[in-house]
Amino acid sequence: MDSDLSPQDKKDLDKFIKFFALKTVQVIVQARLGEKICTRSSSSPTGSDWFNLAIKDIPEVTHEAKKALAGQLPGIGRSMCVEISLKTSEGDSMELETWCLEMNEKCDKDIKVSYTVYNRLSLLLKSLLAITRVTPAYKLSRKQGHDYVILYRIYFGEVQLTGLGEGNHARFQTVRVGVVGTPVGTITLSCAYRTNLAFMSTRAPAEEEGGYTGVEDSQEVCTTSFSTSPPSQMGIPGKEGGVPQQVPVQPCHAAQAEHARASSCLPNDHVPAVPSGSGEDAEASSRSTDGKSVSPRDVMETTFTRKVGAFVNKPGTQVTTASLDLPFAAFAPRAYDIEENDPMVQPPESPATSSPLQGSLHSQGSGESGVPAQDDFVMVDFKPAFSKDDLLPMDLGTFYREFQNPPQLASLTIDVSSQSMAEDLDSLPEKLAVYEKNIDEFDAFVDTLQ
Amino acid sequence: MNCRSEVLEVSVEGRQVDEAMLALVHTILLHRSTGKFHYKKEGTYSIGTVGTQDIDCDFIDFSFVRVSSDELDRVIRKAVGEFKDLCCALQDAMGNGTDGMGQISLEFYQKKKSRWPFSDECIPWEVWSIKVNVVNLANEQERQICREKVGEKLGEKVINIVEVINRHEYLPKMPTQSEVDNVFDTSLKDVQPYLYKITFQITDTLGTSVSTTMRRLIKDTLAL
Repeated sequence: MDSDLSPQDKKDLDKFIKFFALKTVQVIVQARLGEKICTRSSSSPTGSDWFNLAIKDIPEVTHEAKKALAGQLPGIGRSMCVEISLKTSEGDSMELETWCLEMNEKCDKDIKVSYTVYNRLSLLLKSLLAITRVTPAYKLSRKQGHDYVILYRIYFGEVQLTGLGEGNHARFQTVRVGVVGTPVGTITLSCAYRTNLAFMSTRAPAEEEGGYTGVEDSQEVCTTSFSTSPPSQMGIPGKEGGVPQQVPVQPCHAAQAEHARASSCLPNDHVPAVPSGSGEDAEASSRSTDGKSVSPRDVMETTFTRKVGAFVNKPGTQVTTASLDLPFAAFAPRAYDIEENDPMVQPPESPATSSPLQGSLHSQGSGESGVPAQDDFVMVDFKPAFSKDDLLPMDLGTFYREFQNPPQLASLTIDVSSQSMAEDLDSLPEKLAVYEKNIDEFDAFVDTLQ
Repeated sequence: MNCRSEVLEVSVEGRQVDEAMLALVHTILLHRSTGKFHYKKEGTYSIGTVGTQDIDCDFIDFSFVRVSSDELDRVIRKAVGEFKDLCCALQDAMGNGTDGMGQISLEFYQKKKSRWPFSDECIPWEVWSIKVNVVNLANEQERQICREKVGEKLGEKVINIVEVINRHEYLPKMPTQSEVDNVFDTSLKDVQPYLYKITFQITDTLGTSVSTTMRRLIKDTLAL
């Protein structure tokens, strides 16, 4: 095959392919930096603009590309790939797309290298510029910053597309940018991009390196050079305080607790949190204003503090929901210390009012009916206004006095020795059985009322 | 030589017409422009450099790349603006709620010099017809959906354009210095697109072109 090509042509072709590969990488990476690209046209040729296109050369990118190529050229069976992935501030990552520069065996012997191939490669680069703005990753990359950044990885050898989608979901779509026939083979440039943008759960850090079986594994975080987010944020995943990224902040399964990450993962069947061309607000909107790192355990349990009543000395203690399952648990036996601090149980210290409740529910006051407070006072004859001084046994004053402090209801009187609430509940079935037996009596009673 | 003809169709809302047309026309021109030729002695020439620019659309969720040439951009914007005005005028004339249809044609041609007294011939070698269907939307929610949908559609159209261009079918031969104006538009300072012209046609919902409607109106008037 090569014998048909003149040495000069072969040399030119190799040079074209090499620089085409380097420029391809530049275009792809620059399109994912998150900024608008603008280069100037120049009517006078500078001599250094390959393919007559003004494409800037970012040195780090060139360095990475050359490192990946390691002196070789893309050829048949040797593809150059640029993998674009997304990494959140918590350290979760997801592959978005893979651009492949490949060569197949179909040769075009008659084509002129220095002219037609060169111009067609230039056209292919223009097509690449256009297509890089069309795939879903472009919109994502324009919005990168605090929540996530876009990374690239260049590798050489066999194309790996397994990271673009797992399981039964539609894995990826392919768009062909273009082809250029050459005397040694046909160069093809294509992009495989993920269609299912539902965020997958975190990969353990140890797995990340092993997952790539490519020849070169130079995952380069381009954030320090190119991302809009400050470098410090990327260096310490997790320590930043768990600002949630584009996924809605939902408590995920408790199993995540061992990863010690904020509740940031979603099961697979959730609605994709990352837009695929629509609803691009999703990733920005779920940002929590709470800067604290929320551990899964905190989120699952609710805690609250009892409000402190006026004039209470001790601060209210925390009560968990578990302890409040029983109705009227506040009135339950004094196994709980909270009772002492509960303003409902221990009323504010006001001298004048003496709530009957205080007397009966307080441990000291149990068993006594209503008038302990009055023992501290001197009994004064109470002459109610406008009442006649009758000889009737029940005058207004007596009536008033008697009914001012009514005796406590027996059911509210709680004694340690008396039946506990639990025992009461247990005896309910028996009571119900008795009532059922006497159901006819009750029905007759109801009829009399009507 | 046969002229290659490609048709692209999009449905957009009134205020998206400008940007949608710009996006597609500029994408095509990006592929059909080269740097300025500088002819040297012995019939060789060197080519200038073409810069590119990212443009974000305001009314569509879409970004596209165009050639970095303000002159070229001005020319295209003027043409697209006229097209949009015609579309809107027709919609206003036909009343509210009617959808309009228009077509913008981007034609690449070669000039063939003829002897006097015949004028030069323009032979098209590639014609892109972009059919636009202008819809009216009722509320903001529909507009928001339209933004995203049109963005996706334009993305598909860009892929179609790239597909056609990468078939590497006929392109005019690179001309000599004397012939360059027959193949390229050399009027711009920084880039050199192939010779092109933009024409448009507006139709109402019935599919008849405006000129036909006008003709009918005049005939009816004269018949009275």
